[in-house]
Amino acid sequence: MSSTPDRPRTLFDKVWDAHVVSAETAAAPAILYVDLHLVHEVTSPQAFTELDERGLKVRRPDRTFATLDHSTPTLPPDARGARPYVTPAAAKQVETLQRNCAKHGVALAGWDSADRGVVHVMAPELGLTQPGMVVVCGDSHTATHGAFGALAFGIGTSEVGHVLATQCLLQRKPKRMRVTIDGVLQPGVAAKDLTLAVIAALGFAGGSGFVIEYAGEAIRALDMEERMTLCNMSIEAGARAGMIAPDDKTFAFLKGRRHAPQGDAFARAEAHWRELYTDDGATFDREIRLDARTIAPMATFGTTPDAALPIGAPIPRPRTESEQRALDYMHFKPGESATHEAVDVVFIGSCTNGRISDLRAAADVLRERQVAKGVRMLVVPGSETVRRQAEAEGLDRVFTQAGAEWRLPGCSMCIAMNGDFVQPGQLAISTSNRNFEGRQGKGARTILVSPATAAASAVAGVLTDPRTLAKELADA
Amino acid sequence: MPERFTQLTSRTFVIPQDSIDTDQIIPARFLTTTSREGLGASAFYDWRYDANGAPIPGEALNSIDPQEHRILVAGDNFACGSSREHAPWALLDYGFRAVISTSIADIFTSNALKNGLLPITVDDATHARLLAEPAGRVTIDLEACELHIGNEAPVPFTVEPFARQCLIEGVDALGWLLERRDAIEAYEQRRAQELAA
Ligand code: SF4
Repeated sequence: MSSTPDRPRTLFDKVWDAHVVSAETAAAPAILYVDLHLVHEVTSPQAFTELDERGLKVRRPDRTFATLDHSTPTLPPDARGARPYVTPAAAKQVETLQRNCAKHGVALAGWDSADRGVVHVMAPELGLTQPGMVVVCGDSHTATHGAFGALAFGIGTSEVGHVLATQCLLQRKPKRMRVTIDGVLQPGVAAKDLTLAVIAALGFAGGSGFVIEYAGEAIRALDMEERMTLCNMSIEAGARAGMIAPDDKTFAFLKGRRHAPQGDAFARAEAHWRELYTDDGATFDREIRLDARTIAPMATFGTTPDAALPIGAPIPRPRTESEQRALDYMHFKPGESATHEAVDVVFIGSCTNGRISDLRAAADVLRERQVAKGVRMLVVPGSETVRRQAEAEGLDRVFTQAGAEWRLPGCSMCIAMNGDFVQPGQLAISTSNRNFEGRQGKGARTILVSPATAAASAVAGVLTDPRTLAKELADA
Repeated sequence: MPERFTQLTSRTFVIPQDSIDTDQIIPARFLTTTSREGLGASAFYDWRYDANGAPIPGEALNSIDPQEHRILVAGDNFACGSSREHAPWALLDYGFRAVISTSIADIFTSNALKNGLLPITVDDATHARLLAEPAGRVTIDLEACELHIGNEAPVPFTVEPFARQCLIEGVDALGWLLERRDAIEAYEQRRAQELAA
């Protein structure tokens, strides 16, 4: 992996170059090697079927890890041990992955595993995700792993089959973009707020065709979980991936994790990882800069994640019919702010904000407080590891005493395919990543926010800047 | 392996809305399938059916003859969102063979090409022209990489050359990769040595 210093390269270039099996030509894309392939039940069954039909094996089961997250119920099994699957099809999908993993020798964090979790929460916890890797998964939020200086991106089911069979993908090299964030975030402003501000600045397709490198003082100041929140939503600006150069925080996070290199091997790996940064003089196809000091707690108002504003700011006049349609769907009017509309559901969880620091942030707001009357609040830890940690810290009791439901790990209301969903017309305040029409259930209206904002909104019953709630308490 | 694609003449079906995401194309609750088949029934489901599953009156998607309208013309930023290959599977099973927009999401494009659904991006003027004439007759010539709208001068478009080759000649991308096993093995050895250094 040692860099040849003949020309300055970006972080992305270095990782890309190290994985080229055969170079791109006019006629054919590059063959790119994959270090880590993450698998879940929804986007893999047809890929395994393809392998079986062709009589192929999984080339590198040792580089393939599977989990159950999307179709899985978050309520416990009944007295007879039966899981409350939403449909027989969901149960069959889970059984299919169990069977495929057993047949092909792929490790699965299944129901009986203490590791099981949302794929992008689980893999970093286990130390599977490491700097300089190419990580793929049949899931568009795979960019989460870019927080470690990995090149991580989502693929479709045909490509899942390609990686299972060959450990490789056919890829054209994307363009490079750098998003530099100067300054540091103000107290009470979360990584999710930064994330929504970046997406609002780029627009829903502003990152299309690019791999983004996030850089600058604000990024260095983020901890690893915050970096994951930021990289996670790169796809919401259309980007292929988001990456952050690894640093001491990255190495400290990885040290001692089960699948990270151990002992001397860790020191050797760290020496390689320390070369993963953008060289002075390397160029990007596009650069943008933002100032962290100007960012306030954010919330979306439309039906794409880039339609986001500081909480309380007036909703702008729609410029297109599609923007008008989005406001009509959300029942919002230009000039108003979304802070007057009664909230029906609050969801804390997902691969964006279902980690322990997210639950702590929400619990800090909810402690000694109650969820407002008429609001249903669901807290879903991102993994079994997060669940154990939260319960050890008593966070589950903070949530339940406030009137929220404490669930088993899974994607849950982020994608609403496991039976956890928002009713038609209801307004949901959610820490997940997509506010598309119907994403959280047919007719559901979604506002994306940080965990602290979600918790403050649960208490107030309307969309609320968590800093004002803290102030009310101080004044009382 | 996808069906081959060389030329297609069809009427268009126009949905002018921007940012039609993959949750619109096929809502997530239909993703619990383990098969690729039959997903056309779920295509645009929440636009086509009400909460009780009854067809929504006046929704054009419920009344078109998919054999007549095989080219979908959609607003900007088509198919943003999830990596679900169920989206192209659903569109194909519903009857579409091509999608035209000003921009189409990366992962969707890659997924669509692997299944014989041709995504084409065009400039704003061509897009406006197509939006203005719903059900217009269009010919897509993938060999020449040209779009023919009425009697106007053909509009050139580009498709990633390897994917184009796969569609025209029926090349099997996975088979192509499997033939390069030796190069993959050589890479694995080289990389293992580098990382051990
Ligand atoms: S939590 Fe949501 S975005 Fe993340 S993997 Fe699950 S469904 Fe996808």
